[in-house]
Amino acid sequence: MSEWTIEVDRGACLGTGMCTSIAPDHFRLDGGTSTPVKSPVDPDDAVVDAAESCPMEAILVRSADGAVLAPQP
Amino acid sequence: METRSYPFAELDQLEINPTYFELQRDEPVARVRLPYGGEGWLATRYEDVKTVLADARFSRAAVMEPGADVPRTLPTMPTDTNILSMDPPDHTRLRKLVAKAFTARRTEQLRERAQGIVDGLLDAMEEQGPPANLVEALAMPLPITIICEMLGVPIEDRDQFRAWSEGAVAITAFTPEEIMAAGQALRGYIAGLVERKRAEPADDMLSVLIAARDNEDRLSEPELVSFGVTLLVAGHETTANQIGNFVFHLLRRPDRLAELRSDPSLLPAAIEELLRFTALGGSAGFPRIATAEVELSGVTIKPGEAVFVNNVTANRDPSVFANPHELDFHREHNPHIMFGHGAHHCIGAPLARMELQVAIGTLLKRFPRLSLDGDVTFKRGRLIRGPQALPVRW
Repeated sequence: MSEWTIEVDRGACLGTGMCTSIAPDHFRLDGGTSTPVKSPVDPDDAVVDAAESCPMEAILVRSADGAVLAPQP
Repeated sequence: METRSYPFAELDQLEINPTYFELQRDEPVARVRLPYGGEGWLATRYEDVKTVLADARFSRAAVMEPGADVPRTLPTMPTDTNILSMDPPDHTRLRKLVAKAFTARRTEQLRERAQGIVDGLLDAMEEQGPPANLVEALAMPLPITIICEMLGVPIEDRDQFRAWSEGAVAITAFTPEEIMAAGQALRGYIAGLVERKRAEPADDMLSVLIAARDNEDRLSEPELVSFGVTLLVAGHETTANQIGNFVFHLLRRPDRLAELRSDPSLLPAAIEELLRFTALGGSAGFPRIATAEVELSGVTIKPGEAVFVNNVTANRDPSVFANPHELDFHREHNPHIMFGHGAHHCIGAPLARMELQVAIGTLLKRFPRLSLDGDVTFKRGRLIRGPQALPVRW
């Protein structure tokens, strides 16, 4: 299965803890801001949910071909 | 270990009961007994509070389990299915239906509208005063207008739902029967609105939620109604009271006020610091239930035990904030948790920030000699603290 990449814009991140609560396997807080636990990852809806729930839209999820899966504009 | 009665006595004028700070220093996870449902724990330190709010081993949904007898301030257990008492992934399912409308980017697009509302309100205030009651002139109408427009709630119903909302956020300000009746009245009101919008959808958030229910079955009817109630109440009670609280704090601190007036570029940092500093939350709401054994500051929380947190004291934790009891607009790092932390982090945080910036910034610019006009009386016995009325002159 093709993997997804996760990027977090740590300049935009406010450390709300949304993503770490929604997808604790994929995000952790490090020094007050979020960082992906690893990337790329196997597809997991929780990653998309986390990106869609971030108030700062600081999480970018891409498919293997580079298409943006989340957040939707 | 001593078991203390909780909530602690509420002090006037946004002061914080000193017991909180004694506990934070000496007994950061303290045993407390609530009026109903027995005993639980109270966490007051920043890191512990964040753990309780964000760690999956602490559940909000467990509060709703049949037969649960959770420590609480009201005689009956809550029964309605509410986003505030859900855990991921259920909570995520509801939240993401509206999360897009509340992002910082989308909220920024409402700034111009908020500015127009504030300008109109302050025009009216200037015409009819001085003096004026800032709660009715600015603090209440701004967030009510914005959330009504976002949700699609008719603004002309506001006197009606404001009275119910006052009841819904009460702890001891009304009788338990009155508080429950207010909640039922709000649900009945939103349910009626949902029926009307089902027949005539509009470009608003309630219509989006109705479509998500009717076309995609993404939430139940009770969830839809409760979500509408929560967005309406949380969408205005918090910001409205904070506008009053912030103005109260500023007008009583001439040095800080002068500093902000002389350098308006401080406004965003000043709003963040006022968010950190202001004791908005009353107490004893929204306990979490441990689903596993967890150690917090050396205390073992057992599965099934309830933990209360206090964001206000967490925001004054000296291990995170230097000189925590000082209002300081020049903090380089201000990771306050006034909006909570984790899955339940306030969905309206960007909206609240924007409204507070526009309201406070415009007020100070328009009225360079604004001052308090007599004593300020604060509401008591509620989840959310704020002035009953805020008499000002200029």
